[in-house]
Amino acid sequence: MRGIRKTFGPTVALGRVDLEVLPGEVHALVGENGAGKSTLMKVLSGAHAPDEGEMSFDGQPYQPRHPLDARASGVGMIYQELSIAPHLTVEENIVLGMEPRRGPFVDRKTMRARAMEALAHFDHPEIQPERKAGTLSVSAQQLVEIGRSLAMGCKLLVFDEPTSSLAQKDIERLFLLIDRLKGQGISIIYISHFLEEVKRLASRLTVLRDGSVVGTREVATTAPEEIVSMMVGRDVEDLYPRTERQRGETLLEITGLSGTKKPVDASLTLHRGEVVGIAGLVGSGRTEFLRALFGLDPVKSGAVKVASATDASSTPRKRWQQRIGMLSENRKEEGLALNLSIADNVTLPCLERFGSGGLLSPAKQRSATSTWIDRLGIKCQGPAQAIGALSGGNQQKAAFARLLEYDVDVLLLDEPTRGIDIAAKARIYEAINEVVTDPQRPRAVIIISSYLPELFGVCDRIAVMSQGKLTRAVPVEKLTPHDVMLVATGKAKDLPENGDRKPEASPNSRPDI
Amino acid sequence: MRLKSILTLLGPFIALLIVFGVFAGNNPRMLSEEVLLNILTQTVIVGIAAIGMALIIISGGIDLSVGSMIALCGVVAAMLVTKDVAPPLVFLGTIAFGGFCGLVNGGISTGLKLMPFIVTLGTMQAFRGAGKVATDGTPINLPFDVTAYKPWMGGAGIPWGVWLMITLVIVFTIILRYTRFGRHVFAVGSNENTATLCGVHVAKTKIFVYTIGGALAGLSALMNVAKSSQGDPTTAMGLELDIIAAVVIGGASLSGGEGTVLGALIGALLMTTIRTGCVLNGIPTPWTEVITGAIIVVAVIIDRLRHRKA
Repeated sequence: MRGIRKTFGPTVALGRVDLEVLPGEVHALVGENGAGKSTLMKVLSGAHAPDEGEMSFDGQPYQPRHPLDARASGVGMIYQELSIAPHLTVEENIVLGMEPRRGPFVDRKTMRARAMEALAHFDHPEIQPERKAGTLSVSAQQLVEIGRSLAMGCKLLVFDEPTSSLAQKDIERLFLLIDRLKGQGISIIYISHFLEEVKRLASRLTVLRDGSVVGTREVATTAPEEIVSMMVGRDVEDLYPRTERQRGETLLEITGLSGTKKPVDASLTLHRGEVVGIAGLVGSGRTEFLRALFGLDPVKSGAVKVASATDASSTPRKRWQQRIGMLSENRKEEGLALNLSIADNVTLPCLERFGSGGLLSPAKQRSATSTWIDRLGIKCQGPAQAIGALSGGNQQKAAFARLLEYDVDVLLLDEPTRGIDIAAKARIYEAINEVVTDPQRPRAVIIISSYLPELFGVCDRIAVMSQGKLTRAVPVEKLTPHDVMLVATGKAKDLPENGDRKPEASPNSRPDI
Repeated sequence: MRLKSILTLLGPFIALLIVFGVFAGNNPRMLSEEVLLNILTQTVIVGIAAIGMALIIISGGIDLSVGSMIALCGVVAAMLVTKDVAPPLVFLGTIAFGGFCGLVNGGISTGLKLMPFIVTLGTMQAFRGAGKVATDGTPINLPFDVTAYKPWMGGAGIPWGVWLMITLVIVFTIILRYTRFGRHVFAVGSNENTATLCGVHVAKTKIFVYTIGGALAGLSALMNVAKSSQGDPTTAMGLELDIIAAVVIGGASLSGGEGTVLGALIGALLMTTIRTGCVLNGIPTPWTEVITGAIIVVAVIIDRLRHRKA
C-alpha cells in the first residue's frame, strides 16, 4: 500500500500511508483508537475506496471494489466483532457469499468439501460442518470466520483485535494457529492494543498515529516504552499511578452470594480506599458475580451488607441509592444509550438532581457533564453530542463519569478498559487512583479484568474466580501472575497463603473445596 | 444539537408545505376555510393518537391495536351516551377505558416479555371483535347530531378539538424533554439494558407509556364519535398505519430512542392533507393509497439518509 489517503468531509482519516507486508510475515499494526488502523484496513478490504494512492498484492495491482472482491483476490478480514450468521450452519457460513452452485442450487457436496478442507487447518473436531454456528463458543465462531477466508485460499489475513472477546486459553490456541498459518506462507496483519500479543506474534510492527505512519520497527529490537511513546506521541512515565492508599472502614460485606448458576457461594469484604481486583477466565462467573451483587441478575442465596443495611437480592435502583454504581463490560449493548447525548447518559441514574418542581433542566445536566468532560479529557463537541459519535475510549470515560457524577462510594467496574486505546486507559487508571485516595471521602473499587498486568498495576488485593467460585482476596504484593493463572485455569484450588500476616482478612477461604 | 433537532422537524414540515402547495396549485379550494377546517378536524383524530404512539415508539415499542382501540372506545362512548350518563363522565369513562386497553397491551408485553408487535397484533383483532360483539356489528347512533352543536367552535374560529390537540402537543413535548419520566422513555427506547443498569424502572415506564397511549386513543375516539355522531365498531380501520406513519414521518426511529411529539403532529397533518387533497383533486381512492404509501416510503428513505450523514 503506497500513499493511501482517505478523507471524510473535512476529516483526514489517512494522510498518505505506506504499508508493506512480506509473504509469510506477521505484521502488527498498532495505534490508539482513531489513529486510522480501521480505516486503513477498510481500504485494504475494499469497504472504502481510497482518495489517493495505490495498492498492489502479490505483484498485481489491487483495487478491490467491495469486501467480497477482496476476499476473492486473497485478502481476508477477521473482525473484532464476529460476523457470523448464527442461524446458518458452519459450512454455510464458511462459503457465505461464495456459495458453490450447480445450476440454480447450492452444490452441497462441494460446499461440504470446501468447509472440511478449511476446518482441517484447526484441530477442533467439535466444529462440525452441519452445526448451527450460533451454538458454538465465541472462539469457535472466530475459527469459522478464519475458515471462511482460508476456504477462499486467502494469502493475506487481517486480524482486527481478535483476542478482545476470547478467554486466555483460546487466545493461546489462536496464537498457535497464527504461527501455523505463518508457517504455510500466509501473511498476517495483526491489529492489537496489547503489546504483549504483538511481541509474542509479530516480527515487525507499524505504528499509526493521527492517520499517519509514525514508523515501522523490528519487534525484537524495540523496547515497549518506545512503542507506547510512538503511539501516544509523548513519553508515558507510569501507566498505573498509585499514590499512598489508606484502608478505611468496611463498605461492603458479601457473604455466600450465589446466583442461579454462578457465582457459587462467593464472599468478599471491601473497605474504603482500596481497589480489589477479580481475575478469572471469561465465563468463570466474574461478571455474574457483579451483576448479582448489583441486582441485575437474580440471587439464590447469600447476604450483602452495605454500610448498615443487609439484603441479598436488590434492584439496580436500590444499589444506586446505597451509593453503589456499576460500569458494564458491554459498552454498546448495556453500558450506554448510544443515540442519546453524553449529558443524558452521564446523568441518567440521578436525573432527580437536575431540576425543580418536577421539571428537568437540560442546562444543569449539560453543565454537570461539562465538568466531567474537562476532568476526564473526553474528546467531544460538547455535552449535547450523541454519545455514539465518540470513540470507544471517550465513550468509556463518559460511562465512568456516570459513576463519578452520582458520587457513589463503591464502583463496580467490569472490564473498564476493554477495547480502548492506551491514552484513555491511562486516564481511567488515574481516575481510579483518584477516587480511592480522595482525602475527604476515599471510595472503594471492585474491578474485573482479563488482563493481569492491569490488575496487578491497579489493585490492592486480588481474588480469583474459577467456575463460579471466588477465592479470598490476597494483597497483590504477595502474589505473582502465575499464582493467579493457576487458580483461574483450575490447576490450583486457592491462592497461596504465602505467610499472610492477617488471617482475619481472609474469612473467605474455603479449605474444604 | 438544537440546530439538529430543528432540522429534523424542518424536513417533514417542508414536505407538508410542498404537498399542500401542489394540491392547492391544482385546486384553489384547498385554501377555503371549509377544507382547511376539515383537514384540521381530521388531523385531530390521527394527531391525538399519534402523540401517544410517539411515546410508545420512542420507548422502543409499537401499538398496532390503536385503530381498533379507537373504534372500541367510540362504541363505549356511544353506549354511555345512550345510557344518559353525564357528559363529563362519558369523557372520563372513555379515556379511562382507553387507558385500560393500553394497560392490557403494556402489561402483557412487558409482564410476559413478549414482542409488542405480536401482542398488539393480537389485541388489534380482539378489540375490533369486542366492539362488534358489543354492538352486534351495527353502529350505535347518538340521540343527537354533535356537528350541529355550535359551541364546539373554539377561539379564532378553530374547533376546540384542535386547540386541545395543540395543548397536548405542548404538554407532551415538555413531559418528554423536561421530566424524569420523559428522559426515561428515551433511555428505555435507546437502550433498555442501559436504563436497567442505571436504575430506571423499565417495566413501569413501559406500562405507563402504553397506558398513556391508550388514554390518548380514547380521547381520539371521542373526537371521532363527535365527528360522525355514532359509535361505529368498523371505523378507523387501518388508521393505526396512518398514525404510525405520522410518527415515523415526524422523525421517530422505529428502533426507539428518537422522535418528537411535534414531528408526529406534522406527520399527522401531512397524512390528512394527502388524503383530503386527493379527494379534492378527484384522485381515485386506490391511487390515494398508492400515493400515501409512496410518501411514507420516501419519508423513511430521507430519514435514513439524514442519519447516515449525522
